[in-house]
Amino acid sequence: MSLSLDDVSRIARLARIEISPAETEQTRMQLNGILAFVEQLQAVNTEGIAPMAHAVDVVQRLRRDAVTEADRRDAFQAIAPEAEAGLYLVPKVIE
Amino acid sequence: MINSSLKELATALATRKISSVELTTLFLDRIERYNPALNAFVTIDRDKALAAAHAADKNFGAGGTAALTGIPLAHKDIFCTEGWRTTCGSKILDNFVSPYDATVVEKFKAAGMVLVGKCNMDEFAMGSSNESSYFGPVKNPWDLERVPGGSSGGSAAAIAARLLPAATGTDTGGSIRQPAALCGLTGLKPTYGVVSRYGMIAFASSLDQGGPLAKSAEDCALMLNAMAGFDPRDSTSLERPTEDYTRDLDKPLAGLRIGLPREFFAAGMDDGVRAAVEAALDEYRKLGATTVEVDLPNSGLSVPAYYVIAPAEASSNLSRFDGVRYGHRAADYADLNDMYARSRAEGFGAEVKRRILIGTYVLSHGYYDAYYLKAQKIRRLIAADFSAAFRECDVIMGPTAPSVAFRFGEKAADPVQMYLSDIYTIAVNLAGLPGMSIPCGFDQNLPVGMQLIGPWFGEARMLNAAHRYQQATDWHVRVPAAFAA
Repeated sequence: MSLSLDDVSRIARLARIEISPAETEQTRMQLNGILAFVEQLQAVNTEGIAPMAHAVDVVQRLRRDAVTEADRRDAFQAIAPEAEAGLYLVPKVIE
Repeated sequence: MINSSLKELATALATRKISSVELTTLFLDRIERYNPALNAFVTIDRDKALAAAHAADKNFGAGGTAALTGIPLAHKDIFCTEGWRTTCGSKILDNFVSPYDATVVEKFKAAGMVLVGKCNMDEFAMGSSNESSYFGPVKNPWDLERVPGGSSGGSAAAIAARLLPAATGTDTGGSIRQPAALCGLTGLKPTYGVVSRYGMIAFASSLDQGGPLAKSAEDCALMLNAMAGFDPRDSTSLERPTEDYTRDLDKPLAGLRIGLPREFFAAGMDDGVRAAVEAALDEYRKLGATTVEVDLPNSGLSVPAYYVIAPAEASSNLSRFDGVRYGHRAADYADLNDMYARSRAEGFGAEVKRRILIGTYVLSHGYYDAYYLKAQKIRRLIAADFSAAFRECDVIMGPTAPSVAFRFGEKAADPVQMYLSDIYTIAVNLAGLPGMSIPCGFDQNLPVGMQLIGPWFGEARMLNAAHRYQQATDWHVRVPAAFAA
């Protein structure tokens, strides 16, 4: 499996990371180097092996559906790049 | 005082031989003097530190103290700390002042420890050399031309240079143990789920685990006592009875069965590292332990499995950095998507971008089964190898890293070469086991670390094995000459 320049652009778009045309080729080579390295996993027979999501098998803990956090909106929005009247501001998305 | 153990410092404070303000000032002055050469800190806050020290001194008068009250420490800059800049070594969080405390930070506050600063680290803990920090690389106190290891390299360098008695770190693939090895320290990664991840900026959530770095196993045990414990705010935190990790420190080692994985002792480590590890094993035999060879047949797959799982989880975790709620936002953009893409392109460094891209790819439509699911199955094989090995032994030992500290730039050009620095440590994270590194000698005048791996929840036994070794040897008390006074 080897990535093309188009693949790299598509992945970068999915990841929401801008990559300049000048960076694309170097990125492609580095990603292909890493993918070639992890390719050895494909040779392992894993038939009948259950995937291991967590190190210690525990049942997902549930909590009571109750309010436990205080309202700290002002403190949280004080560190936002742009906020106004309790709202986070972003570029217009609806015409 | 700079070489004192946590116990000695606690006694000196409790008997009022020294005040917390005096002790904190001593370390702050050392930081001021030596940090410019080491770059071990992103943030140092003398005023906040002295205020906390004053409060600790008052508590000594009132009798409201705990085992670590009044002793200075620093946190890896991955732990959210209320009112402190918390950068995770990244430009994207350069201006982030956390509005809340990580559970680990809260716990050390409750223990009365005095926070003096936040330690430099590889960006988002992605690295083995500290060269990926936005705030510049940390230098190794044993040789300023060499890396301190990573990603908890700032924590390790600060303690090695005696700028602090102890610090926190995090370990996703070796990020506590490898810098401990390269800087001549003792570092411990607990069993997954023992230390809360709440407020610890997430890299790979199924692998990340916080732990202590310090000068000795005894100090690590005391630090772990303060750090560990169930936390309902971390969904993977384990509900277990509280443990005293110091309880077995002094137990004799007679009868201890040490497992030596054939795969760890095959070709791959430097001769000097091998010699130091072999000598340490001889010392253990003198102390009454026996050694037995064990097999970890799938351990060779741990690095490739890790470089699927960790980037996959990272690509998901780091999607929160979007320039909307906190952190860096690009100055110019055409629309919302462009704002995301430019903010992230400007905010993340090269290694972080690479891992996000790899993670995005392996999780993308059509590739999930071939990569992520496959790696998760191999992860179970790796964990099963350890289960089988621990039927024959109580603790596994081997090298922590294949070589001593390497030079800056030596592995920076090839990501895969850098990844192989963690060849002995990564399997432990995949299996969720506790692991340690302890100093066991020198090669080319640089410290060598030996790794101890325990069964799940085997921290106390592992600490016991490390402590008894440190009672019989003096590798852990060596100080780099330039920082000895």
